[in-house]
Amino acid sequence: MRINPDKCVACGNCTYICPMGAIYIDPRIQRATINREECVECYSCYNGLSQEHLNPSFVRFVRKTFQMMRIRFDPEPDVCPTGAFEPDELSWPRLVRRAFSDPRVPHESTGVHGRGTEEVKTNDVSGRVKLGEVGFTIEFGRPGVGVRFRDIEKMSTALARAGVAFEKRNPVTSLMSDESKGEIRADILDEKVLSAILEIKVPVSRTEEIIRLVWEVEKQIDSPVALGVGARCDENGEENVVAPILEKLGYKLERAKTNIGLGRVTNVQTSEQQAREPVGARS
Amino acid sequence: MTNTLHRFGPAESFRDDYVVFAISSRGKNDQGALPKLRRFLEMALPFNPVNLGDAVHGGALRPCKNMKPTSHWRREAKPDFQAVIDGLDSPCTVAAVFDNRVAAEDFVKAVRQADLGLSINISTSIEGAEQCCFAAGIPRHSVGYSLGFEGKTERLPEANVMMLSTMCGHGMVSHSLAKKMIDWVKEGRRTPEQAATYLTRFCSCGIYNPTRARRILEAAARGEPA
Repeated sequence: MRINPDKCVACGNCTYICPMGAIYIDPRIQRATINREECVECYSCYNGLSQEHLNPSFVRFVRKTFQMMRIRFDPEPDVCPTGAFEPDELSWPRLVRRAFSDPRVPHESTGVHGRGTEEVKTNDVSGRVKLGEVGFTIEFGRPGVGVRFRDIEKMSTALARAGVAFEKRNPVTSLMSDESKGEIRADILDEKVLSAILEIKVPVSRTEEIIRLVWEVEKQIDSPVALGVGARCDENGEENVVAPILEKLGYKLERAKTNIGLGRVTNVQTSEQQAREPVGARS
Repeated sequence: MTNTLHRFGPAESFRDDYVVFAISSRGKNDQGALPKLRRFLEMALPFNPVNLGDAVHGGALRPCKNMKPTSHWRREAKPDFQAVIDGLDSPCTVAAVFDNRVAAEDFVKAVRQADLGLSINISTSIEGAEQCCFAAGIPRHSVGYSLGFEGKTERLPEANVMMLSTMCGHGMVSHSLAKKMIDWVKEGRRTPEQAATYLTRFCSCGIYNPTRARRILEAAARGEPA
């Protein structure tokens, strides 16, 4: 993303809306400027701000006049008055930033808009997490801090050393150079993204071990970590296996997303597909 | 849409926050999913959602790319639900947000009866979702618990700001804007409703809850916990 200096009037609205705080008014040129090192190409500025297309010279004149008279200008806080934001042509490796930061861009690896996969959201048709298993989503960078792949790799290599397999269709997995070691491509390690998620699945018996491992590694990571834990309920809709383990570890379970099991396979599948992809339908 | 999962706040703070969303699974039930997803959104309307959205085009309150100077004084602040329904043009996650449990329960009952074949999820407090399922006579299939934020939490802002910004789990609502809106409401420069509307426009998938935002802004402006 770039801000056209010929259009920018330094109103400052965009400095507040950048999730990374990467936009500032450069005092030398009196224009809003993007710190490209911190910008994650989330396009929140371009997509989220409403736009007027006022004449920049006119707006600058009005602003200066008001400023001289010490009159507080009170414009709408979510508007770029001159439509000064212009998307850049992104090239590798910088385009990874956008893929992990702009939710409107689907990952080619998953086809899902966002940074993760379908995980337990479609568990009623995918059967991804079965009884006796636990799915983890380990998310970095959120909320509003951002993360570099170098930090994510600290966690992925630790998990790989613990013998954990990564979800194949996850966007981070698709960027690993050696999945068995959890190593991420060297050319993107310094790229910063708004958020990224590692997804794994283990037997319930390993729940505590994995959480303790996450606790240990997250101390070395310069970003908060958000843990999500997915589990299959029994035929009565109860989940009394994983929750007690989490509570024993000190977590107070407040919020969850609950798959209510109304999904079913409706695609017409070839016999070859059916043989290849066993479906965990509702029991 | 893990973006609905990690909303910050105690369970009690989700008393006016129920996100019900529908999603198709690639290779399993995505063929012909578009009309079913549209039907899901249409079915939400009688239950008075506070937001409606899809993961590609956004919610019922959207930024305008061609504002006129005069529109500052009469900006549209009413959610346009029909625009969301009409704009849905490809299978993606779609969501309806409710500010009370009864509406969410009734909607879930209606969705069950419609038998769309899509995966339906409720994102709220664990107890709230259980009650919705109980009311609709549906046993839960799977649950994804949020364990909250840990690690370098010293990099996170205060609770009220977090409650506002994490309602867009994609991170499109910045901490700075949330803080600015609290300050503006405190100063009387904007009403809580106006501030909640600004915040909602930045959410790119329509899951932001303006009712909860308004309540948090009101409490924060008075210096109270929401």
